[in-house]
Amino acid sequence: MTDISQTPGAAPTAKPKSGSLFEKDARTKRRNAAESRFKMYGIAAIGIGLLMLIVLVTNIVTAGTGAFQQTYLELDVDLKADKLDKKGNRNIEDIKKVSTFGYAPLIASALESEVAKLGIQTDLSAKDMGKILSKAAQAELRNYVIANPDEIGKTVSFRFLTNSRVDGYMKGRVTRDSIANDKSISVEQLDFVDQLRDAGVLYKAFNPDFILGADASDQRPEAAGIGVSMLGSLFMMFVVLALALPIGVAASIYLEEFAPQNRLTDIIEVNISNLAAVPSIVFGILGLAVFINYMHLPTSAPLVGGLVLTLMTLPTIIISTRASLKAVPPSIRDAALGVGASKMQAVFHHVLPLAAPGILTGTIIGLAQALGETAPLLLIGMVGFIASNPPDGIVAGFLSPNSAMPAQIYEWSKRADPAFYERAWGGIIILLIFLVTMNTIAVILRRRFERRW
Amino acid sequence: MALSWLLLILLALAVIGYFAGRSRSLASVGGDTRDLHSLPSYYGYNVALTALVPALGVLIIWLLVQPMIVNSTVSGLIPDQAIPEGSDRGLVMSEVRRVAYGLEGAVTSGAMTETQAQDGSADIETLTKTLKDSGQVLTQDITQPILVAAQKFRSMTSTGKVAMQVVVLALALLGAAFAYVRTHKEFRARNVVEQGVLALLLLAASIAILTTVGIVLSMLFETMNFFQLHSWKDFFFGSTWAPNFRGGSELSILPLLWGTLYISVIALLVAVPIGLFAAIYLSEYASGATRSIAKPLLEILAGIPTIVYGLFALLTVGPALVSMFGHGGTLGISWMASSNAVLTAGLVMGIMLIPFVSSLSDDIINAVPQSMRDGSLGLGATHSETVRSVILPAALPGIVGAVLLAASRAIGETMIVVMAAGAIAKFSGNPFEAMTTITTRIVSQLTGDTDFASPETLVAFALGLTLFIITLGLNIFALYIVRKYREQYE
Amino acid sequence: MNDMSRVERTVDSKDIKIAAKNVQVYYGDTHAIKDVDVEIEDKTVTAFIGPSGCGKSTFLRCLNRMNDTIDICRVKGDILLDGEDIYDKRVDPVQLRAKVGMVFQKPNPFPKSIYDNVAYGPRIHGLAKNKAELDEIVEKSLRRGAIWDEVKDRLDAPGTGLSGGQQQRLCIARAVATAPEVLLMDEPCSALDPIATAQVEELIDELRERYSVVIVTHSMQQAARVSQKTAFFHLGNLVEFGETGQIFTNPVDPRTESYITGRIG
Repeated sequence: MTDISQTPGAAPTAKPKSGSLFEKDARTKRRNAAESRFKMYGIAAIGIGLLMLIVLVTNIVTAGTGAFQQTYLELDVDLKADKLDKKGNRNIEDIKKVSTFGYAPLIASALESEVAKLGIQTDLSAKDMGKILSKAAQAELRNYVIANPDEIGKTVSFRFLTNSRVDGYMKGRVTRDSIANDKSISVEQLDFVDQLRDAGVLYKAFNPDFILGADASDQRPEAAGIGVSMLGSLFMMFVVLALALPIGVAASIYLEEFAPQNRLTDIIEVNISNLAAVPSIVFGILGLAVFINYMHLPTSAPLVGGLVLTLMTLPTIIISTRASLKAVPPSIRDAALGVGASKMQAVFHHVLPLAAPGILTGTIIGLAQALGETAPLLLIGMVGFIASNPPDGIVAGFLSPNSAMPAQIYEWSKRADPAFYERAWGGIIILLIFLVTMNTIAVILRRRFERRW
Repeated sequence: MALSWLLLILLALAVIGYFAGRSRSLASVGGDTRDLHSLPSYYGYNVALTALVPALGVLIIWLLVQPMIVNSTVSGLIPDQAIPEGSDRGLVMSEVRRVAYGLEGAVTSGAMTETQAQDGSADIETLTKTLKDSGQVLTQDITQPILVAAQKFRSMTSTGKVAMQVVVLALALLGAAFAYVRTHKEFRARNVVEQGVLALLLLAASIAILTTVGIVLSMLFETMNFFQLHSWKDFFFGSTWAPNFRGGSELSILPLLWGTLYISVIALLVAVPIGLFAAIYLSEYASGATRSIAKPLLEILAGIPTIVYGLFALLTVGPALVSMFGHGGTLGISWMASSNAVLTAGLVMGIMLIPFVSSLSDDIINAVPQSMRDGSLGLGATHSETVRSVILPAALPGIVGAVLLAASRAIGETMIVVMAAGAIAKFSGNPFEAMTTITTRIVSQLTGDTDFASPETLVAFALGLTLFIITLGLNIFALYIVRKYREQYE
Repeated sequence: MNDMSRVERTVDSKDIKIAAKNVQVYYGDTHAIKDVDVEIEDKTVTAFIGPSGCGKSTFLRCLNRMNDTIDICRVKGDILLDGEDIYDKRVDPVQLRAKVGMVFQKPNPFPKSIYDNVAYGPRIHGLAKNKAELDEIVEKSLRRGAIWDEVKDRLDAPGTGLSGGQQQRLCIARAVATAPEVLLMDEPCSALDPIATAQVEELIDELRERYSVVIVTHSMQQAARVSQKTAFFHLGNLVEFGETGQIFTNPVDPRTESYITGRIG
């Protein structure tokens, strides 16, 4: 002992009471194994979560991108004057009397001459050949003629939509095996499609009508678009923004800055936090009972949808607005009060502008949530309505029946023809692009204007 | 005069009032603003608000109350014998409204003169023809009582409208005049305006309460109507859900509740372990960089609309499960007949709830003070021992609250179950079978051609009310637990 | 140091428990501990004193590797416990911390019963073969923590329900229960009132019989009351280390003198 202490600074040589630190005892090994297992569970849990995200996104992208492309057939149609304008005086009313049915022979003969020109050998009858085209083709032709009556008598080149089965075949969704029991298309027709494709007149191309166009009936999935319901969503968002933002901000200012500590304030606060968690379908029931059955507002109107979504979004906006008001330090209020401003002036001149970025962020997130909401729209009739025409004018935009993006997607998912499923996924891509954009703006706003006090 | 014009006039009045009040206040001090009690603009706001706010308030109340009065008066005019067999007063009333709107439309479009429209003894057939020719929609044949009621409806509505316009405009003018006269340099305009603004702020805050009251009342009335038509015993204690629009339905909530709870339990079995472990890893192990990437990525799952999950369940997960468990599937067992199943909906809902559970638990775990971790690590506990024996027990109440909130989400979730759970109400323990839920039935009973007098439709309100009460109870309880938990560490 | 102190040290010298050589600690870019050499003896109370932010707590947390839990913290140099480098990569911090226990500034009992608080360490380290042994360890530890008499009738009550001083003694009992060889105390009395402080100080003095105790304190009086050795830290440097009596009555370094007489700190 003494010899050690006589050389202070030398390494201590005293033996440890228990085992050396350098050797792990069995128990420690076991505990460390448990530790790494536990950590693995955590990594696995995150992995599963992220995997699900990847699967979901991949699924959406692979299943939905097809909707942005459509198969077209290029044909030169001879707009025969003797068929379209028998009187020959180009009177638009007379031209309108020719129904879409009257345009069918024009397309059939155009197809026949195209086949002859390309030298394609096929056993199909002219009628069966024509069936590879969409039922929308005749209407498209008629609309063109009515819009351009001067073109009658000339030969005009058109790009017609093909039937959804042909489109599915071009995209690989439909195969020769899968159509065994399908009455709407035959193997011969697919062979014919192959020949047309090899000749270069039948091809896939970007389809702007999916984004901008209107919904189509059950028979014509190839013609369906999400544009009109996008307008419906847009009008709903106007309503939500115009109502939820001012009401939400006013309510938050009251609760955060002026509310006395009393029973009423407590009730309001508990109410708001509970409303935020009420199932959205309940808001739909409220909308149906109050706005439609009681107030007799028009069914399926974006105005009603907007009102329902406003009530649903209000709690979100109030909660985030209150948080941003709370983040403004009391010293700002004291400073304003100290120079003789009234409390109201302090709030409106100083606190509110400082909280504005946070309020805006919360509002955008609330709007994004409202944009994707479907369940309440089911009950106020925005699903099941075929949004086939864009609203004419702003008032009609709010009041005339329309669909909304998520409602349109749900509508497509219910239809029998699987070609609509591709539309539904495509619609989801568009919806998600909107949501991602809105959330990105919110994040940028938050980063850009976030203040640390 | 349309409503929009009335609103525009009110706005114009307010703007004029603003400038008039402002200039009067300036005039009262000869242009020297220092002698004014408040800034000149406050005198302007005072006039504008006094003109606008009471008028708008009356307008809104009038718009809400008038249809109620008109409806009840007109509905009293319809004799009982005028109500056809199998119909009821409500249906006849909607026909009355339709005829009234038709008459209005016909007069506006010039297809009918005002006198013709008001002629109570008009020939029904010619009238019907005139209406149809002018493009008005009529679903039933017009009968004499309906016509009389419709004419009464129309005259009451238009009288009411005129009266409303007169009252609202008069109120606005009076308000403006009153405030204008009061405008004087001694008048405490700022205090008055601020009181007014405060009242408006309070009104905005009360909308939350109004919404709740609206939800409860709207469902309560219809639920009471339902219980007059259908036995409450069958609703709460029956065992079968078999709506039949020809009558004799059995409408019990129990099978629906079973389906709802079964799917929710599966969803929680997926979401709680994954969400909780993810939260533990993120808050206890992950480095700052990992956390800042993984956490927002996981939260994307929470921002995806439920329609997307619904479609995912319907078109991807369902068919994938069938190809495993279905007839001729990879596992060689044919347990699953259709892609609509409890398991499909439960799994997808579970995925949706992962970020919900994980971010709530993350917050709660982070609220456990660092000194707890130090204490445990300082004793030589490993990190996982610290988490299991110190942090989780400390955070347990909060985590229970989070799970309850997730359960309330699962119970109220609509789109996923509407698209993937199926429509068959039954008590079964087999997760591969299709079952139905409360929300699914609310949607199906209230969409399509609905007759608001039949128990088959009204049951949706009783279901909605039950759903509201269940989720509200869960939420209040969960929020209470979480709040208590937070207070403990503050 | 002068000859006198060497003679004195030879008289009542003890085994050296912890030897630190050239220890450097970095927090990110900040050099928090600069080149510290110190030897901590067994069965002795060593006090670390110095102004706020001088690095005394940081250095204390190096001794049982609690700094490992902070990502940006790096430790260089050698810290030997019974001649073994505790920063060697063969060393498991979990095993190390069982030998070098720690008591924190704020009493931090777990939200469990008093019994479970004390039994926690023995359970995770597997020190008791059965319930009876565990009971014995708990009682012995609570007695060593000088709190047995106050809590023996309510071992099932939550530890968080005790008063501040009781909580801190419970935490000491909890640390003692894992049978450590060294006890590190990070300002154990700073959250306590004077009476509770006196009780804890008395306890520290008793603990000296079995353990090597290292205490970080803000209070010079406390250091003078409880410790045999004192180290004075200033701006991350170990300025002076020696017998407590010598440091307080006859400091060698002018900075020590300034601190003790209240001119810095």
